[in-house]
Amino acid sequence: MSLLVGSFTMGLILSLLALGVLVSFRILAFRDLTVDGSIALGGAVAATLLVAGWNPWLATAAACLAGALAGTATGVLATRFQINGLLAGILVMTALYSVNLRVMGKSNLPLMKEQTIVTMAQRFASSESRWTFSRWEVPVQDVCIVAMVSLLIGVVAATMYAFFRTNLGLAMRAAGDNEQMIRALGVDVGWMTTFGLALSNSLVALAGALLVQYQGFADVQMGIGMVVWGFASVIIGESLVGSRQIGLLLVGAVMGSILFRLLVAIALRWGLNPNDLKLVTALFVFAALVLPGAMATMRKRMAHFSGPPRPIGERGV
Amino acid sequence: MLDIEQIAKTFHAGTPNEVRALRGVDLRIEAGSFVIVIGTNGSGKSTLLNAVAGSFLVDTGRLKLNGHEITRWPEHRRAQFIGRVFQNPFTGTAPSMTIAENLALAAKRGRARGMGWALSSSTKSDLRERVRAMGLGLEDRLDNAIGSLSGGQRQSLTLLMAGLLKPNLLLLDEHTAALDPKSADQVIRLTEEFIRRDRLTTLMVTHSMHQAAHLGDRLIMMVRGQILHDFQGAEKRRLTPEDLLARFEEVRRADQLDETAAEMLGRQYV
Repeated sequence: MSLLVGSFTMGLILSLLALGVLVSFRILAFRDLTVDGSIALGGAVAATLLVAGWNPWLATAAACLAGALAGTATGVLATRFQINGLLAGILVMTALYSVNLRVMGKSNLPLMKEQTIVTMAQRFASSESRWTFSRWEVPVQDVCIVAMVSLLIGVVAATMYAFFRTNLGLAMRAAGDNEQMIRALGVDVGWMTTFGLALSNSLVALAGALLVQYQGFADVQMGIGMVVWGFASVIIGESLVGSRQIGLLLVGAVMGSILFRLLVAIALRWGLNPNDLKLVTALFVFAALVLPGAMATMRKRMAHFSGPPRPIGERGV
Repeated sequence: MLDIEQIAKTFHAGTPNEVRALRGVDLRIEAGSFVIVIGTNGSGKSTLLNAVAGSFLVDTGRLKLNGHEITRWPEHRRAQFIGRVFQNPFTGTAPSMTIAENLALAAKRGRARGMGWALSSSTKSDLRERVRAMGLGLEDRLDNAIGSLSGGQRQSLTLLMAGLLKPNLLLLDEHTAALDPKSADQVIRLTEEFIRRDRLTTLMVTHSMHQAAHLGDRLIMMVRGQILHDFQGAEKRRLTPEDLLARFEEVRRADQLDETAAEMLGRQYV
């Protein structure tokens, strides 16, 4: 049971990553690979500042700011210097690896006695108290963490929902939907993309900061493959809510992240070798990207063979 | 109002694909006039519109609009003065956003976009009235995604969006060419209505001799990146589609003559 609660909490924390990827991948239609670097950056900045004795909330906010800077860098490379978006993301991601090592001073930084958002949440209950659901026992402290993280994500998602209904937010969505149109209405698409990437990566860095506080250490490798996690969550979320409406997309991304994390936990429990996890994740995203199109083609072909007879001359149309 | 001074533009300069799209165009358009632009394929008529809109910067020459020198301004900055409708009905609207959201975007054309609600209830009811006035029955579908509408409906909405904040200059680039005849008529009817009601200064490219003869108060015919004819006032009013076709025939003959002449010169000197 505590494994399940643990996976659920991880899924919740990583839903911030999914929300960030939603902004770049779906709203801006920008395939941003900065994510792998910026989630580790968020973790590195938060851990370093926590070790230095900062207030956990301030340290987390600083991590967000660092993520925004990383996103801005990618945006500037892609829009001002006209570098292909994928390449711009890869460049910044690669550079961030060194930056993260510089920030932490070493490749792994444990949080021992430092006060974090997670320890603050745990203090709402004693370490012995348990809640029992029929035959399952859950430490109340774990529930407190879930509640704290949920609250935070609720606030973030609600703020995003509100933002995407303002004039500025609407313009950002339009920049991803029809660039020519929004330029003709007076929006600098390059600036808007940069701003969107900053927003996206600050969310990703927030996920990194919370992740570090939850697992109790920061690691320079922690970002590898995270962008694919984000894609997977967004794609699962879309199929769960079945809509491109902004509010439902946000809810879907959070749900997708949690569901994906739980699926992974179950797969590991069933004996999936953890070393194969990234391969399985990549295959999963591949299938999710390809299957809908393949299914449609298949259905068309089936209809061709089994449909009602058509008059000659219409065949093959 | 709009001053175009000797603008020229060459695409792919110095390559085998070099195209001299504009070769020194001079045009002065007074406020409130409705100018039709016609021309053969590749004559530079759409390029002229795009040069004014800022899709690219011209190689030489100057553009002045509303007293501002806009020659080096980027496209999005010029948008504060210019409303546009494109040839492709899909270009002018954001498909995954709703009708109301698209209109809200147009309601801020060229202005600062802040953190205010894009669709406050008063804005929405204003927009609903504007849509109702078009008479397309779309006022009850404001929350539908634009992508679910037909090309004609989308083009009508793009037109409404272009004119939502009265633009100093309206650019219409063959905006009925991709529509079926019935939708095209409807869009033309709305175009006339908007231009007349708001006295919009308009530059409209068309491929239809019928539209060219019956709309506007001035007509410009472009050939090979230059203005060949400029009909104004009574002269424009007398023009019929047949007259225009005859002018095109003249151009075609002149072109053929040029080719044979070039061939002859080639034989003699090469």
